[in-house]
Amino acid sequence: MADDTLLDIRNLRIEATVYPPGEDPHDIVIVDDVSLTLEKGKVLGLIGESGAGKSTIGLSAMGYGRGGVRITGGEVVLNGRDILQGGIRGLRKVRGKEVCYVAQSAAAAFNPAHKLMDQVVEAAIEHGSATRTEARERAVTLFGKLGLPDPDHIGQRYPHQVSGGQLQRVMTAMALCSQPDLIVFDEPTTALDVTTQIDVLAAIKEAIRDTGVAALYITHDLAVVAQVSDHIMVLRNGKKVEYGTAKQIIEAPKEEYTRELVSVRSIGHDEKTADKSPLLSVRNVTASYGGSVKVLKNVSVELSLGQTLAIVGESGSGKSTLARAITGLLPPSEGEIVFDGRTLPPRLDQRSKDDLRELQMIYQMADVAMNPRQTVRTIIGRPLEFYFGLRGAERDRRVDELLEEIEMGNGFADRYPAELSGGQKQRVCIARALAAKPKLIICDEVTSALDPLVADGILKLLLNLQKRENVAYLFITHDLATVKAIADSIAVMFQGEVVRYGQKSDVLAPPFDDYTDLLLSSVPEMQIGWLEKAIAGRKMESAGN
Amino acid sequence: MGIVTRLVAQRLALGLLLLLAVSVLIFIGTQILPGDVAQSILGQSATPQALANLRRDLGLNEPAITRYFSWLGGVLTGDLGTSLTSGGNILSEISTRLANTLFLAAVAAVIAVPLAIFLGLLAVRYRERWPDKLISAVTLSTISLPEFFIGYVLILLFAVQRQWFPSVATVYPSMSFLARLDAVILPALTLTMVILAHMMRMTRAAILNVMQSAYVETAELKGLSTFQVIWKHAFPNSIAPIVNVVMLNLAYLVVGVVVVEVVFVYPGMGQYLVDHVSKRDVPVVQACGLIFAAVYIGLNMIADIVAILANPRLRHPK
Repeated sequence: MADDTLLDIRNLRIEATVYPPGEDPHDIVIVDDVSLTLEKGKVLGLIGESGAGKSTIGLSAMGYGRGGVRITGGEVVLNGRDILQGGIRGLRKVRGKEVCYVAQSAAAAFNPAHKLMDQVVEAAIEHGSATRTEARERAVTLFGKLGLPDPDHIGQRYPHQVSGGQLQRVMTAMALCSQPDLIVFDEPTTALDVTTQIDVLAAIKEAIRDTGVAALYITHDLAVVAQVSDHIMVLRNGKKVEYGTAKQIIEAPKEEYTRELVSVRSIGHDEKTADKSPLLSVRNVTASYGGSVKVLKNVSVELSLGQTLAIVGESGSGKSTLARAITGLLPPSEGEIVFDGRTLPPRLDQRSKDDLRELQMIYQMADVAMNPRQTVRTIIGRPLEFYFGLRGAERDRRVDELLEEIEMGNGFADRYPAELSGGQKQRVCIARALAAKPKLIICDEVTSALDPLVADGILKLLLNLQKRENVAYLFITHDLATVKAIADSIAVMFQGEVVRYGQKSDVLAPPFDDYTDLLLSSVPEMQIGWLEKAIAGRKMESAGN
Repeated sequence: MGIVTRLVAQRLALGLLLLLAVSVLIFIGTQILPGDVAQSILGQSATPQALANLRRDLGLNEPAITRYFSWLGGVLTGDLGTSLTSGGNILSEISTRLANTLFLAAVAAVIAVPLAIFLGLLAVRYRERWPDKLISAVTLSTISLPEFFIGYVLILLFAVQRQWFPSVATVYPSMSFLARLDAVILPALTLTMVILAHMMRMTRAAILNVMQSAYVETAELKGLSTFQVIWKHAFPNSIAPIVNVVMLNLAYLVVGVVVVEVVFVYPGMGQYLVDHVSKRDVPVVQACGLIFAAVYIGLNMIADIVAILANPRLRHPK
């Protein structure tokens, strides 16, 4: 072992007790025989889909297991000694001093009751590595280095008073403030908007380089990890799949699974041109939630039967509000919605049963969009009963057909949602929407909560169904890769307004407006060095302005 | 501070409105009480003429609305009226009683509230282990026993067998503070045992709820000790539910202590109210009812205001 080895995890085995419905509780293996080494000052990316055990491995470097998770075998050697041997007291000396943690959602990971500064300096003071004054000075320097506005005073704010992207930087500063040897970054940019992600990513990378701290960088996004890591380890179901330099993994992956991850989002389809008589036409719609702030401003878009209109924007751009206006959940204050040749009544309770049937919706969180106490049969059967009066055997036959259509066998009909995977849940939601034989389905971020490969499967399914059923999709998403894959036409939204709208080939071709340009240039690309180029491009632009 | 000031003002206004509504209810309630004041003052052998005269003197022949507003007007100017049975000024009669009740409640609260919160923190620190189970078992046992039983057991142990404290909580105006404290210590302990479990369990539940949060994990990953995590990171975020239960119990200390007062022969509000209900002394009953309502509403209002102040989102708007 070389002298500059910082972290050496050997034959790590991690187990947890699970309590499946209807079965006795038993132990399952979450991480199985994983070994890794990390040199001082280097960055190792841990990548995999949910359930790969990447967060669990990251936390094991701090001797920590979430919930009922236990480290049951192996060694975690940090700075030459096995931290698992020191008991909880020994671990407390390591945590916050030698190893610090940056969580996925800084908004949840900061205590709402305390000022940012008090939380940032806490670990450093607690471990005696700095006096309060020193720690504060250090924090202010770090705030500046991480590009936070007003570094001298931002620490006096409470977590809810700063934005999500800023909080994520403050959390990085909090980790660096203890001057640790290692930082575990657990999906630090996943919850951020794409234009914010790129800045935070650049700030993190620079901070790592300047301070010489080593890092475990955990993410499901290979394009992101390629920007910050020296080495990458690909994990699947708690086992190591492949390990190599970032360059090798991205450019010459050896394993089939890694190749799939690298080539994800390569779906495409031929764009269809819009019909003369659209199925849906949103005309000059303006809407607000009670107050004077307009969440939608004079929005007009059209969608033809059997085609897909993608609504793209970041959080707060009004894209979900547009869906609420179309479905009648939020009656617009101005404008009208014409569907299939008739003007829809603005309010949900004024619409006819056919209006409701022809316009279905699929949500981001399939989990909470289904009643956990109903079987798949009941969930899919409900619209069949409600709209078509199907009962008994007739209904069951139709449920089986629908399950066939979403590429799930009828063995799933008697399962409960909790017994399905994330992708399967979303498929059931799709079947439920299809059951009504709609002309338009509104898909609100339906792939955002899913792993890339699973999301790809859902997108392919949606495209197939569109061909077969000639259904139109209004596809709301923040993810431009998804848009490229599925859309015929695109509307880019920013602060409640449509800033760019047209056929996909037109919208995605230059010349761009400023916002679309920013949005497009922020999407991480699967190539080493993309981040530097993108940031350099931005600086030149602002210098040019 | 704009939002906080507005919210607090809103609570105050609501509290006053509620108190006004309660005063109407109290007035109506005392009007439909069975029996006749004049009859109960003069007894069964009174002549109809005497009864009529007394009713006229007491103003009972006026319409209810008129009587309500003259009563309310009196209350607002600090005049609670005259007791029908003793003929004395209710305000001066009640004020010593109220002072006694508040003193006993205060002593009980000073012991019970910090103890309950401390035990709650301790139960979280050692959750599902023996200290947690012991604390729950003991406090739940004491709340399950009737107050009078606890009172008599304490008298037996500490007044009869040990003779550390008096068995009868006699207080009079010229007593010193320490003598007074000595007199009420047993009833205060009885009340403490009655309200401890509720507050302790709520503290425990509220903190455990917060212990699931991501920011508690952040604190653990900073290497803080479990007690630091609970005290600095979990407790400040569970204040609102705890304060609500504390205030509810404090209100109980003021308005619900009749049994304990009887057991220890303590001259407080509860006994005073019960006596005058049986004598049909309507003005006294109304005055007691109004004071109890004011205490109840006031304490709950304080709980609301503390919950507002404890929320950093309201205290420090964006």
